[in-house]
Parts: sequence; structure tokens; C-alpha cells
Amino acid sequence: MKRICIGMTALVLTAMLVVTGCKKEKEEELALAPYKVGAVFAVTGPASWLGEPEKNTAEMIAKQINDAGGINGHPLELIVEDTTGEETATVNAMKKLVDKDGVCAVIGPSRSGTSMAIINIAEDKKVPLVSCAAAAAIVVPVKKWVFKVPQMDSDCVRRIYDYMKEKGWTKAAIITGTTGFGAAGRDQLIKLAKEYNMEIVADETYGPKDTDMTVQLTKIKAANAQALINWSIVPGQSTVIKNARQLGLTIPLFQSHGFGNIEYVKAAGAAAEGVLFPAGALLGPEGLPDDDPQKKLLLQYKNDYETKYSDAVSTFGGHAYDALTLVVKALKAVGDDRAKIRDHIENTTGFVGTAGVFNYSPQDHCGLDKTAFVMYTVKAGKFVPVEE
Amino acid sequence: MGKKNLFGLASLVVVLLVVPHLLGNPYYLGVLVWCGIYGLVCMGLSLFMGYCGQISLGHAGFCALGAYISGILTTRFGFSPWPALGVAMLASLLVAFVVGLPTLRLKGHYLAMATLGFGMIIFVAAGGDPFGLTGGPSGFWGIPKLSVFGVVLDSEVKWYYFVWAVVLVCLVALLNIVHSRVGRALRSIHGGEPAAKAMGVHTARYKTQTFLLSAALGSLAGSFYAHYVGFVNPHPFGLNFSIHLLTMVVVGGMTNLWGAIAGTALLTILTRYFRVFMDWGVFFDGFILVIIMLVFPEGLFVGAARRLGGFVSRKRSTGVPGQASRQAAGGG
Amino acid sequence: MELSTILQYAFAGIKIGSIYAMVALGFNIIYNTTGIINLAQGEFVMLGGMFTVTLAKLMPLGLAFPIAVLAVAIVGCLFERAAIWPARRSSVITLIMITIGGSFLLKGAAMQVWGKNSFPLRPFSSEKPINILGAWVQPQVFWIIGVLAVVMILLTLFFRFTLTGKAMRACAANRAAATLSGISVDRMVLLSFALSAGIGAIAGIVITPVTLVDYGCGSMYALKGFAAAVLGGLGVSAGAVVGGLTIGLMECFGAALPFQGASSYKDGFALLILFVFLCAKPSGILGRAAISELKKF
Repeated sequence: MKRICIGMTALVLTAMLVVTGCKKEKEEELALAPYKVGAVFAVTGPASWLGEPEKNTAEMIAKQINDAGGINGHPLELIVEDTTGEETATVNAMKKLVDKDGVCAVIGPSRSGTSMAIINIAEDKKVPLVSCAAAAAIVVPVKKWVFKVPQMDSDCVRRIYDYMKEKGWTKAAIITGTTGFGAAGRDQLIKLAKEYNMEIVADETYGPKDTDMTVQLTKIKAANAQALINWSIVPGQSTVIKNARQLGLTIPLFQSHGFGNIEYVKAAGAAAEGVLFPAGALLGPEGLPDDDPQKKLLLQYKNDYETKYSDAVSTFGGHAYDALTLVVKALKAVGDDRAKIRDHIENTTGFVGTAGVFNYSPQDHCGLDKTAFVMYTVKAGKFVPVEE
Repeated sequence: MGKKNLFGLASLVVVLLVVPHLLGNPYYLGVLVWCGIYGLVCMGLSLFMGYCGQISLGHAGFCALGAYISGILTTRFGFSPWPALGVAMLASLLVAFVVGLPTLRLKGHYLAMATLGFGMIIFVAAGGDPFGLTGGPSGFWGIPKLSVFGVVLDSEVKWYYFVWAVVLVCLVALLNIVHSRVGRALRSIHGGEPAAKAMGVHTARYKTQTFLLSAALGSLAGSFYAHYVGFVNPHPFGLNFSIHLLTMVVVGGMTNLWGAIAGTALLTILTRYFRVFMDWGVFFDGFILVIIMLVFPEGLFVGAARRLGGFVSRKRSTGVPGQASRQAAGGG
Repeated sequence: MELSTILQYAFAGIKIGSIYAMVALGFNIIYNTTGIINLAQGEFVMLGGMFTVTLAKLMPLGLAFPIAVLAVAIVGCLFERAAIWPARRSSVITLIMITIGGSFLLKGAAMQVWGKNSFPLRPFSSEKPINILGAWVQPQVFWIIGVLAVVMILLTLFFRFTLTGKAMRACAANRAAATLSGISVDRMVLLSFALSAGIGAIAGIVITPVTLVDYGCGSMYALKGFAAAVLGGLGVSAGAVVGGLTIGLMECFGAALPFQGASSYKDGFALLILFVFLCAKPSGILGRAAISELKKF
């Protein structure tokens, strides 16, 4: 038995070595030295819903660029690391990319918590980091080497409050996940409530692995809110919708921009009908007017992604698209010097991405405002822009 | 301390001094820094589990205490890192004492559950942020760097030497404890608590002392974590981390302090390496754990040492091959 | 608090508590024959849900249910033969480590097979909530309670009145004596894994319609199930049910406590009470100290 075990282990280890070996034997078709860009995504673990489309997208773009002859003749070498959604693993991954692989810029991570954990490294080692996570805290206050591509959660809150104000709803109940994303959203919801004269009549939370939110929603139901806002990025957000409807809670239900994956709708089933949430234009590019600057790009990305991976496009993949394209543009303009890339990203204006049109500046490392959001609703299991 | 341990320590020092020159890259040193930080906790845990025969699924809680107290005192109350680290350790000792008094009377799975409960309570408290200090699930940022004798630890190399120096000091201290009267008393508890009691060993006191020691080491590792990463949030200190610590100790061989170090190093490097396989990484984590435990039920280090020893003794005597190891394995 | 609100919380607690109870039952069966806690138990719950989600696309739910249970039971058997049986002479800690490894293996495999999304399953009967004294209850909750009751009754009958069941109890009481009286302990251990995997799968199937299932959801069930088993007293079937329901109810009423942010501490409440309880009575609600003294671990 033991011999079989040892034999099997040896076999597997050899197989693993061969696999790693093969990865390194990538043929160098182009003469010039490759530009190395690192990516840290939560490919596995509890946030893999985010990491998967991000990794797929980044790899797809890298391939497209290399097939088209690289960047000014330099092939693009994308090195993806798995963070498993854990802070320590992300710190390790970031150090590996910077120290061992010597990348000129890093895109990702997928989660707000993991992004916060590696800001230090980006600042210390002077490497441009383009985060794909939403929390405003990542770039507010501005950190020299850190940028992000998703819309600010504060702008998302503004968009929701604008909408509520228009409808004359002033009493909101909020329920948030206890992850970095949820907690940051909760802070913004409470902070901006004053500015919009919103009254938060209930403030509940749930853990990332919770399977039942009946209790929190019962409390919310008793609070007589006019609208419920749920802020999280875990599958729990589908459960909130289901539970709310099962309890006979009929008030309008808002979700954050973390809802931009059609799988969440599928998971919630019929209960998801009528849910409102702001997100980038990527979810419904067909409806945009023809002169919209984003339309062509969105349709193309959507089409490319959905043909290649036969999976519905999500805004998370879009963030990876924006992050990598932003870095590639800088590489094209200034080469692979880290400081020059940073400066170039900071001065990028009018960059059309999937999340909106980015205008970066030394004071603004996010580049988007609330106009980047479109309010969507769910109709017949699909995302449809709300007509206002 | 026996000859073998002196020899072991000497070789470890040599290896530690040579390694940085062989690894040209700070990233690898960074991985070794993690080995050292985890190694600190695991040594304490090994003493508690392997020598004392108890089980803990809550040591992540002590790491969290160390990390949070260090972080909060330095960022919000203007403490400098070393006093903060001391306060963190004292606080952890206090908590360990209060928690240990009732729980250490429990046995086996019940003790596992109680310690697990303790770890989760710390985790939940850090995320819930009852006093507005921990930053909730988002954690907080900007913990200053540690400096030793005026040298700021701002690179992997410096951290590497520092952490491993601390590990060595702790290792020597613990080896001394293990090879003293106390160590023999601890092993008698592992062998059978009623018998140890009958022989006049003050089991409760020894168990508590070991628990306190392991908690202090956990807190130390946690403080190092905070200063090394510069950012603290609850997520890394959940149940998964406690289980991971347990795994490292057992994989190395929990009846041996060297095993704890070996297991920590092996698993830290391997799990890091397995991330290359992306989606298959989790699968390999499990696979390798099952295989190691099947082939070396007493842990990699202890098992391998015994096997080497068995090989030597087989040459000397005509005993039945492998009998010793089989008996030891079947003893549990 | 109004009656309707209390009822609403109680139903939420019973719903999730019943699942914990079923997981705890699975823990107990394996604990009784081997003395170990199988930390891969949560993965059996996940697999039950996953198999049913897939099978329900091909056949009616009534058929998918038993097939999924059987499939997971087979997975349990394979796991026992491949990983537990070869190490049967190792210490308890080693075996627990193997089950941890097993849980990673199953999780990793499930990720490969089903991907990373969460899947819903349609409820067994109507989706329309029923109003009971002002509380809204999904019909699936009654399915969950009913299934728990049936599982409990069948298990009791099995252990009381069948020869195999008695043999398993004999193993639990004293392995050496059981071997001496001609019982194949090996086979009993295999059977216990099949049985507990099957029960885990049943739990996964009945809960999925009210929650969702994804490859990583097992560890949460394992943690809560373990807590339930210990609280009730390890190895005692009735204890598993009492422990499971207690933890479920404590979580829900804990989250409902009237202070700001109570819901973020709900896991903490349940564990704190468990912790305090264990300190007061070290062998759980229905466990007996004299018996746990005899256990190796």
C-alpha cells in the first residue's frame, strides 16, 4: 500500500513538474524582450466568482495583443497569480510578481480586502497597481502608485440615492455583507445618507457564508422602510432577494454594482424580478445609442468573451479588461519603465473602457464618476436598463 | 539538550546562513519569512499538542490578538512597535489564562470545539468591531515597520534574518524545556493523564503553562504579521488558519519540535507552489495532505527520522524490519 | 416582541438547525465506529446538493433524490477505502488530518466538475410561503423538518432492531470486544461512512431549495454540525438533534437581539454559549462524562 502511495505521489509530482516546465517553454516568436504584466486574481476560493471572468478576460486580451504582433513589437507576457481571495496569499503573490518575475505593473486583486493588503507593497516597491476592486478606500486618499478601474462605491451609492430621491423615497433599510466590499459600502451608505437626507431605518449585516437572512429581513420588515439596499459581493446577495420575497417584503430592492453577473439572477430565480442596481453599460450595450463612445467596444468585448468562454459576460471581467488595456496603453506609449507607466496612467484622460470613460488625474485615481452608472433592473431573467 | 539537537541546531544555522546566498531572489526569502512567522506559532502548538497531548483549533485567535493589539496600539495610540508587542503578548497571556482555566479540563474533541469556539469569537469580534477600533471587516492600514537596534526592517532579507533569529532563540528555549523535568512531565500527560496524575504530576498546571506559552508565541507571530504586512483585517485569522496551523504541526510530526518547523516550511512552500495550478491547487493541497498522512502517519519529520533510524538499527540487529515503526504507528 | 416575529425567528432557527442536526448525525455515526470527527462531512452535504441540481435537469426530483443520496454514499465508501482504511492503525489526529485533506480533495474535485457558480434547486412543492399566525414560512421548511424526523426514526429503528445496526453499536461500545465476537469492524467503518455520507447528502438536498449550493459551502456546514454534535454530546443521536436545533435557534435569536449590529455577532453568540456550556458541562447536553472518559480521544 505504502509503495503504491509513494509511487502515486512520485507520479503526480513528476506530472506537476512537467506541467510547470511546459508553461515556461513558451516559444518566443517575437524578437524583442517581452513586456511583463502581473495579475493577481481570486481564481479559486470564495471570491472565485470574480476572479474567474477576470482571469479569462485578461488572458483573452493578452492573446489578442500577441496575435496582433504585440506592443510595439514586444510580446505581452501576462503572469496570473491566484490569490485564493486571502490576504496573505495575495501579499505573497504580489511579492512574487514584483521581485521574482519583475513585472512592470500589476492588475487586480479582485477583492477590496486583498487590494488594501498589498497597497503597502506597491508603494514600497514603486510598482503601479491597477485594482479591480470597488471600495473607495483603495484610492481615497490618493496613493501614489495605486489606481483602480471599477466605479467608486460612493458613486454607486449616489446613483441609488438619486434614484430614490426622484421617486420620493426617503427611508432606506440597508443590509450589507461582512466582507471588505460590504463594509466599505455600508460606510458610504451611512455617510452619504446625510447629504441626501435619507433616513437609514435599519442597518443589518450578514456573513459571507450565511445561507439564511430571514432574521435580518424580518427586522427590516418591521422598520417600515421604503426601499431595501443590499450591499455584498457573495452569493448571499441572491439569498437576500429570495428571503425578502418569501417574507412578503414588497418594497423596492436595490443591489450594489456587485450584482453585475447574470448568475446571481439565475440563482435567485423569479424573486430577482424587479431588482434595481447601478452598473456599467457593459450589461446591456445593445440599447445604447450608436454615437455612444463605449458602444462598439462593449459589443466587441461581449461578443469575444461570450464566444470564447461560452459564458455570459460580467462587469468583473470588464474590470480586468479596463485594467489591462490601461496598462497596455501606457506600455505602448512609454515602454516598460514602472515610474513612466505610473505617470502615464495618472495623466490618461478620455480612455474609453467597459466601465465608462476614464479621466485620471493626480487627485483622482479612479477616473470615473457617477455618470458611468446605468440603472438596471431584472426583467424576465435578464438585465434591462431602467428607462427614466 | 542532547547531541542530536545541538547537531540539528548547528545545521539549521548553517542552512539559514547559506540559503540567502543560494536564492538570488527576495521573493523566495519572503516565503521563508512566512515559514518563520508560522514556525513560531507552530512550535508553541507542537509543545501543546505533541508533548502535552492536547488539541487546539483556536490558535489563530492568539495570532489575531497579537496582530490587532500591535496594530491598534501603534496606529491609534502612538505606541512604538516594541512596547505594543509586549502589551499584546501580556494581553494574550491574560486571555489564554482566562480561557485556559475552564477549557483545559475538557478532553479530545470537546477541547477542540471549545478552542475553536474561542478562535471564532475573536474572529467575530474583530469583524464586528464593538469598540470602533478594529476597522470591522475592512481592517485598517498603515502599521509602522518594526526596527531592531536602529535597523528598520524594510526588506525581505532583513526580515528573514530577524524572524529566523527569533525562531532560533525560541527553539533553543523550547528544546531546553522539553529536555528538562517539565518536558518529561508533559510527555507523561500525553502518555496518559490519569497515570501522570497518579505519579504526582501536577497535570493541570503543566497544561495551563504550555497553553500560555503557545499563546504567547502565537501573539508574537501575530505582531510580526502586522508589522510585516502593514495591514490587518479579520479574514486571515479565521478557522481556516487554525486548521492550517494544526495541519503544519501534524504533517511535520507533532511529537517533535523539529517536526513543527519542518512541517511549517514544507506546507508553506508547497501551498505557495500549488497556486501555479490555479483551479487544481485546492485539489493538490488535499491530495498531498492525504498522501503524507498515509505514508507517514506520525508526520513527515518524525516518520522519516524513524525510518532512517530503523534502517541503521536493522543493519545492526536482525530484528523484524519495520516492526518498530509499525508498532509506533499502531499505538494511537 | 410580537408573536408573529418570534415565530418567524423560530422557523428560521428550526430550518437551519435541522440541517445542522443532520450533519451532526453524520458526525456521530462515524465518531461511534472510529472515534474520529470526519471533517469532510460538510463536503457530503455539498455533493448531495450538487448531484441533485445536475440530476434534476434530467429526471423528476423524486428520482433524482435517491440517486444523489446513493451517489454520495458511494463517494463516502470510496473515500473510506482510499484514505481512511489504509490508515486505520494510525492515531486519531492523523485520521482527522486525512479527513481535512479529503475535504480539500472533494472541494477541489467539485470545483472542477461544477465550476464556481452557485446553483439553485426548485423546492419540492410550492414556492408560495404559508402564513402561520403572521409568520411567513416556506413549504420547504416543513419538508426539512419532516425529513429530519424520518431520518431520525429510521436511524433509531436501524440501530435498535437490525443485526447490522446492533453490530455497529457494538463497535462503538468496544471495538476489541466487537472484533472478538465476530463483527468485522472494517466493514462497519465502511458502512458508517456510507451511512453518514448518505445522511449528509439528504441534508444537502433538502436545504438547497431554500439556500443555494456551491463548491465551497461545505465547510460552514461542517463547522456548525460539529458544534451541534459536541453541544448535544458526541455520539448521541438525540443529542445531535437537540444540539443542532439549539444552535440554529441561538443564531437566529442572537441576530435578532435589539442592538445595533447584532447580526454581525450571530455566529459569535452561538459559539459563546456553546463555550460557556462546555465549561460547565464538559460532555455536552446529553453526553455522559463516564463514557467520554473511556474514549481514546
